[in-house]
Amino acid sequence: MNGPHDLGGQMGFGAIAPEIDEPLFHAQWEKRALGLTLAAGNMGHWNIDESRHARESLRPADYYSSSYYEIWIKALEVLLERHGFVSCDEFTAGRALVSGATPKRVLSAENVASVLAKGGPCDRSIAAKPHFKVGDRIKTCNFHPETHTRLPRYARGKIGIVEAVRDGFVFPDTNAHGKGENPQYVYTVVFQATEIWGNTADAQLTISIDAWESYLESA
Amino acid sequence: MAARVRALETILTQKGLIDPLAIDAIVETYETKVGPRNGAKVVAKAWSDPEFSEWLKRDATAAIASLGFTGRQGEHMQAVFNTADTHNLVVCTLCSCYPWSVLGLPPVWYKSPPYRSKAVIDPRGVLAEFDLFLPESTKIRVWDSTSELRYLVVPLRPEGSDGLGEEQLVNLVTRNSMIGTGLALTPVRK
Repeated sequence: MNGPHDLGGQMGFGAIAPEIDEPLFHAQWEKRALGLTLAAGNMGHWNIDESRHARESLRPADYYSSSYYEIWIKALEVLLERHGFVSCDEFTAGRALVSGATPKRVLSAENVASVLAKGGPCDRSIAAKPHFKVGDRIKTCNFHPETHTRLPRYARGKIGIVEAVRDGFVFPDTNAHGKGENPQYVYTVVFQATEIWGNTADAQLTISIDAWESYLESA
Repeated sequence: MAARVRALETILTQKGLIDPLAIDAIVETYETKVGPRNGAKVVAKAWSDPEFSEWLKRDATAAIASLGFTGRQGEHMQAVFNTADTHNLVVCTLCSCYPWSVLGLPPVWYKSPPYRSKAVIDPRGVLAEFDLFLPESTKIRVWDSTSELRYLVVPLRPEGSDGLGEEQLVNLVTRNSMIGTGLALTPVRK
């Protein structure tokens, strides 16, 4: 979707202002927000793509005025309600009122280390051969789905070169919407900055994205 | 937001969906175990051991795992090496993808609109905000982390670091140098 999250090349957000000796957390609640997001995700009822889509589906004004942990919490509430774990009334009341969906699993403290160390690999073997090879000249799709995608707007309809052929990976565009993993090969595609930003762009600059196979066509 | 998050934790705990002790354990992991010191060890080893460096170039996931760094947001790793003529910079324009297993949790600026919007269109301007000024002839390569691959920049080994062992080299590798918004530190002469 052409949402507020798709930031590449947008302007007007001001200085980056890196904080000197930035603390890992800026408030106690941020620690809980991190833990809640990971622990609830571990119940196994939504995947990382659905989570990302919930975050980018916040209204733009809300997205831009929220810190990242705030975005996480707002999206987590959407996911918990969508999957039947928490009702709207319960959020209002601040306590449990009704029994909800039954989780597939609940993360225990003793399992945290192994779950975090294992992560959630998204590579999948694919029987077919990759359609593109290193050095191929490609053009990215110019599409504007209202659903989740990982092809940023600035890189749509652009000519680039395949620099690396990666493994097969879960396809976020369907996986975010419960429509299956449908793994595809991923390619690292590199663009000249002038192709993306025009003739006045820095001639010494190249930009790469990682693109699923169906984002690309031969050029 | 503090009250909202507390209420959420209360609801989820009452419903048996989460264990607050698991949340403590998650926080403790990223406060004490998983942070940029991990990545610094990878870089220091790459500087010291050509065989490891080659492995890191070829199969970063396996090479990094050999040092014990695996897991969430580091499942699929790619190391990108700065050279005399090319500087690498990593961003996630679409969200906040970051190699947690080697760098820990991302700083606020990495996840925020100013950096995410500017890194792909004006990386030299971004670097200037970090007081990093590269010659105009230096090529810049920006890696937008749009898939599940996570990028670790291997900065150039600084001048004056000959003869230093891995243990000492680790202290020269800053977090920002592994994102690309900085360089490795130059050793202080005693």
